[in-house]
Amino acid sequence: MSAAPVELPRWADTALVPLVSVVAALLVAGLVVIGIGENPLEATALLLRGALGSAEGIGFTLYYATNFIFTGLAVAVAFHAGLFNIGGEGQATVAGISAAIACAALGAVPGLIPGFLAAPLAILAAAAGGAFWAFIPGWLQAKRGSHVVITTIMLNFVAATLIVYLLREVIGKPGSMQPETPDFPAGAVLTPMHQFLAPVGIKLPPTPLNTAFLLALASLFAVWLLIWRTRLGYAIRTVGANPRAAAYAGISPAAVTMIAMAISGALAGGLAVNEALGVQHRLVLDFTAGYGFVGIAVALMGRGHPVGVGLAALLFGVLYQGGAELSFDKPTITRDMVVVIGGVLILFAGALDGLFRRLVAGALRLGESSS
Amino acid sequence: MSRPAAIEVVGISKRFGTVVANNDVSLSVAAGSIHGIVGENGAGKSTLMSILYGFYEADAGEIRIAGAPRRVRSPADAIAAGIGMVHQHFMLVETLSVAENVLLGAEGGALLKGGLKTARAALAGLSQDYGLAIDPDAIVGELSVGLQQRVEILKALYRGAEILILDEPTAVLTPPEADQLFVLLRALKAQGKTVILITHKLREIMDVTDRVSVMRRGEMVAHVATPETSPPALAEAMVGRRVLLRVEKQRREPGPPVLEAVGLSCRDARGTETLREVGLTLHAGEIVGIAGVAGNGQSELLEVLAGLIQPSRGVIRLDGQILTAADRHPARLRERGLMHIPEDRHRSGLVTAFSGAENAILGYQHDPAFRTGPLLSPARIAAHAREAFAAYDVRPPDPALKTAKFSGGNQQKIVLAREIERQPRVLLVGQPTRGVDIGAIEFIHRRLLALRDAGVAILLVSVELEEVMALSDRILAMCGGRITGERAGEVADERDLGLLMAGVTDEAA
Repeated sequence: MSAAPVELPRWADTALVPLVSVVAALLVAGLVVIGIGENPLEATALLLRGALGSAEGIGFTLYYATNFIFTGLAVAVAFHAGLFNIGGEGQATVAGISAAIACAALGAVPGLIPGFLAAPLAILAAAAGGAFWAFIPGWLQAKRGSHVVITTIMLNFVAATLIVYLLREVIGKPGSMQPETPDFPAGAVLTPMHQFLAPVGIKLPPTPLNTAFLLALASLFAVWLLIWRTRLGYAIRTVGANPRAAAYAGISPAAVTMIAMAISGALAGGLAVNEALGVQHRLVLDFTAGYGFVGIAVALMGRGHPVGVGLAALLFGVLYQGGAELSFDKPTITRDMVVVIGGVLILFAGALDGLFRRLVAGALRLGESSS
Repeated sequence: MSRPAAIEVVGISKRFGTVVANNDVSLSVAAGSIHGIVGENGAGKSTLMSILYGFYEADAGEIRIAGAPRRVRSPADAIAAGIGMVHQHFMLVETLSVAENVLLGAEGGALLKGGLKTARAALAGLSQDYGLAIDPDAIVGELSVGLQQRVEILKALYRGAEILILDEPTAVLTPPEADQLFVLLRALKAQGKTVILITHKLREIMDVTDRVSVMRRGEMVAHVATPETSPPALAEAMVGRRVLLRVEKQRREPGPPVLEAVGLSCRDARGTETLREVGLTLHAGEIVGIAGVAGNGQSELLEVLAGLIQPSRGVIRLDGQILTAADRHPARLRERGLMHIPEDRHRSGLVTAFSGAENAILGYQHDPAFRTGPLLSPARIAAHAREAFAAYDVRPPDPALKTAKFSGGNQQKIVLAREIERQPRVLLVGQPTRGVDIGAIEFIHRRLLALRDAGVAILLVSVELEEVMALSDRILAMCGGRITGERAGEVADERDLGLLMAGVTDEAA
């Protein structure tokens, strides 16, 4: 007989367990730091100061967090439909290609559309590209029974190959040795945050943080609205929790699977919006840089809820930015070490979640009986 | 009484989180007797048996086997102590033969050296002792359910069980098969074995047991000698108040036909015919009951009529109109007043991870009454649930409570409330009282009869023959995907229906 699932009060489930996971991960990471002869408290202080100690640090942290919000939400939405979309990397790649093609079209025919529509159009192109790339495994799952875990990860490789080919042969910058596109037209790119806020008198140092961050915040709210306040969200959750009950209720699990995957892919496309349209202003190779995979950890840690995803994205943003500063200040703590800490965090928040649930449940029971 | 009690439990307690499943439970089962244990769902019977069989360890208390204290920490311990268990859901490998199944877990070595031969010889002996006619080389998957159950019993006996625990053994049997089981249990008793019979069918308790213990809310509330009690007294002890075991029903003339099926056939994914040429007519204001042993096509009949699976042949008419493939969709059928209370509320009737309120709109999520503007309104959904929960006495009346945390009876009331309050004209009902407490059964039966009196056409599928007989105006018996006979509700008798359920049709008889 398998162990019964542990039932916890809501507050413990949503706040205490993730907190315990993070603390445990930090303790283990601290041991690793001690292992290489550094002071973990000092390292933590450096990390936090690097991430949150200056306006510049905060800007970078939020820029990283933007990527994690998009990829985390992508995984979370699919999760609610009972689907494990691990193809965020590929979907973001195709989203980038799609945005680059839209930008090339805009650049080739100036005055095709009013200028103020250029950026929204590029964003829509990115979302459509991501949605298309995720719709394929959704369709295969719904109609052919091919498991999305397999197909999404295979399509990551297809997308990675596709972008190399396109950058080399089709949409690459003529004469450049770099696998990159020409710069996007100025009207199609997103405004950096320090420029965006300057007119209202807020002065910020230049960082990669751009208006894609606002889009990410809006996406958090939109996903919450979608999942918990719309009939489609109700259908998605029903299919995810009990496909037979969905069929009984007249909801088509096949249709919901395809729609949920497309929405998930569109959200993953946000990564391309932030990186290509927001920071690089052109499409470069490997811009996805593993953010798509970290999104899985963000979604797990955030328990699929937009508030949790936002907080987990912020945590990973702190870790990325603070980690970069840390490895700069302490050469013994390399960038790889920071990756190890991130890995430990993922391990504790995702895989070992059940362990802490059991412990927390035990502790709560103990507290109850002694009081 | 020179022999010590075969099995004795003293002061057993077991908690799951905050739920007390067993509280200071004591029980003494005399050697060589048949001891019944009755109680509502959630009364703690299964927990107690799981403790005896070593699935759980008790928080407190002691188990004594033949007078000596014994720790039972795993099923292996239980088997070593001479306890055998026959589960409600059989633990058999369908592709293996009877002898191989019996040998399973007691192979006696990696190479089965002579194991099969010994098993076969032992089986022959056991079969003779207890009059169990069974071919040791038959493939288990090809045996009837009743015979499969015998294999389970043989398995326990082969391992030297002196105490046999049977968990709801008749739930899957036809009445004649159940009678054969009781003959076997008496034979076991005559050989000095001890039998513990867990059931909620009071008639079985009266028929076959020597003593009976009643559990309620995790506690033992009564131990009595069977001849000194009666079904009403046992029911009262189980529920804690007086209950009507059979609701009263007025005779009523049925109205015009509402739902008709002609020549319905259906195949499952493997191509096996699950329904064969089924024809039936459902009139307004009547309850038509389907009697049959589980797995004889009743489930498929419900699902085809509800639009969940498509028939391979045949015609369905609703209000005289033939339903096209597009019409046979759960949402379209609901719009036309055909509601469905599915057989298995956990698998299809509810999303147990949702709140009670969210489940109260399942299938009706498109109703504008649950929205403000384009968005779902949690306030309206909760208000709707509060109203429905009050009307159907769902306890606790908390719309925000996760559905998994309601008891079986209250979950069923949520489904019932959802489908009935939509004023169905046709209601398909599967196993309305499976896993439901006696008190709630009475409530559900009254509701169904009230609907019938209000002119609703009801198709009732239940494996509880008593229920079918108590509620139905007409009874159709099913076997092997066919309708094998029809009886009027008031003249049907159990033996006659049992024959039809076993496939003995009127023509053949």
